[in-house]
Amino acid sequence: MTVEQVQDEIIEEFSLFDDWMQRYEYMIDLGKSLPLIDTKHKTDDNIIKGCQSKVWVHADMVDEKVVFTADSDAVITKGIIAILIRTFSNQPPQDILDANTDFIDQIGLKDHLSPTRANGLVSMIKQLKLYALAYQTQLN
Amino acid sequence: MELDLTNIRADFPILSRKVNGQPLVYLDNAATSQTPTQVIDVIADYYQQYNANIHRGVHTLSQEATDKFEHARKTIQKHFNIPKSNEVILTSGTTHSINLVAFGFGTLLDPGDEVIVSALEHHANIVPWQMMCERSGAVLRVIPMTDEGTLDMHTYAELLNKKTKLVFVNHVSNALGTINPIEEIIKKAHKTGAAVLVDGAQACGHLKPNLKKLDVDFYTVSAHKLCGPTGMGMLYGKEKWLNKLPPYQGGGEMIDEVTFEKTTYADLPHKFEAGTPNICGGIAFGAALDYMNSIGFDEIESYEEELLDYATAKLNQIEGLRIYGNTKHKTAVISFNIDSLHPYDVGTLLDKMGIAVRTGHHCAQPIMDYYKIPGTIRASFAFYNTKDEVDTFVNGVQRAIAMLR
Repeated sequence: MTVEQVQDEIIEEFSLFDDWMQRYEYMIDLGKSLPLIDTKHKTDDNIIKGCQSKVWVHADMVDEKVVFTADSDAVITKGIIAILIRTFSNQPPQDILDANTDFIDQIGLKDHLSPTRANGLVSMIKQLKLYALAYQTQLN
Repeated sequence: MELDLTNIRADFPILSRKVNGQPLVYLDNAATSQTPTQVIDVIADYYQQYNANIHRGVHTLSQEATDKFEHARKTIQKHFNIPKSNEVILTSGTTHSINLVAFGFGTLLDPGDEVIVSALEHHANIVPWQMMCERSGAVLRVIPMTDEGTLDMHTYAELLNKKTKLVFVNHVSNALGTINPIEEIIKKAHKTGAAVLVDGAQACGHLKPNLKKLDVDFYTVSAHKLCGPTGMGMLYGKEKWLNKLPPYQGGGEMIDEVTFEKTTYADLPHKFEAGTPNICGGIAFGAALDYMNSIGFDEIESYEEELLDYATAKLNQIEGLRIYGNTKHKTAVISFNIDSLHPYDVGTLLDKMGIAVRTGHHCAQPIMDYYKIPGTIRASFAFYNTKDEVDTFVNGVQRAIAMLR
């Protein structure tokens, strides 16, 4: 599936809910399915700055596709990073760089998109794209 | 006398708005308090009727604005029982006030001199002094804290010595609500010849300190913590100290005579008020004090204590909930965590329910390090909060726990 197809899938899943509680409960559940980062990568260097909770992200390249793993000490943040990683993981680095993230708005999490929000969603997107950029440079 | 909550709440338009579809329950008063119509009207009136620059104008508007601004200074002086009106320096707030003193005091220090900070401070009462120590070579000593969130006064007494030049503590801890024994701190410091600065940012909206009686050397206040506007505050300093400190910023208003060879400075308080001040903010600061005094600080104090006891008892019934800062002597601030839950998660869900709390380290990382936690959830109450709101808040915490566990 392409990044866009995964995003459409997520939008459809969230469209089943009509109140915030269900959306948040689902997001918390998604956090539980997050591909967890190996403990050896759970270092201070891999912490994303700008989040009130801790978020660790690691990226590998397998068959010219970027594979992300992550973790967070807060479950809502874990849900957010899980959603992002589901869209970006196993994708070619250039596709990750080209992807837009407007789908966040469509799943009712628009308030998380403001750069001043303490959850650091914007920092997370930036960090995932930085990894993609690094791997894209390797490919070139 | 009982507070008339219905009428008081009607004074605050913001309290009737909705957040995320729910009636707002505002419990972040330690970060900033809300503004009553009486103060909002004064702000609007200033811009609609007599907006002008002050102190030098010959025209009517300028004179009216100057009179109101200087009247506000007198209101502030009277409220805090400050001996002289020229000891009231109007600043942009506590952070500005502390930096002003730290900048000047550093010039009076020699390498090896000692200054004392407490472990319960906001970063605003730590960092400017660290910068001062770097410039002057003075040594920073720390009064440790105890498990219940109070200061270790025994160690404080031991830290004081002939080299101690200045002690700076907050009146009330922003992260825990602890009311520090500043009378004792000041008396002990003065015995060894040290001056004391008290950061009153968290006290001024809940208590009415009598600065003359306290005999404190410096005291700082932020207007937005007492129903006034942001970007406005006060530094009180004893005249003898303010005369010793060099000006913090240069500019208009703070000068006596300027030539390219030499400039002489204006007298107090203008020496420390360079540039056009926050005129409207100063006038609104005075109006905010008038408003709070019309309700009465004794009444505010006893009602907030009642709210604190009520909320504490309710929260303590929640399994796995731990409150940080358990001294009896505290303002209506409850800093807590729920066993394994991250404060950020709880705060985010409460926000979805229209409940505003603060989460994180509250700009007091040393306290969080002491308890070995990343942060807390902090609910901080004001005199306009109700027991019904406490109930909504406690129910909200329980709902959040059910979703997160």
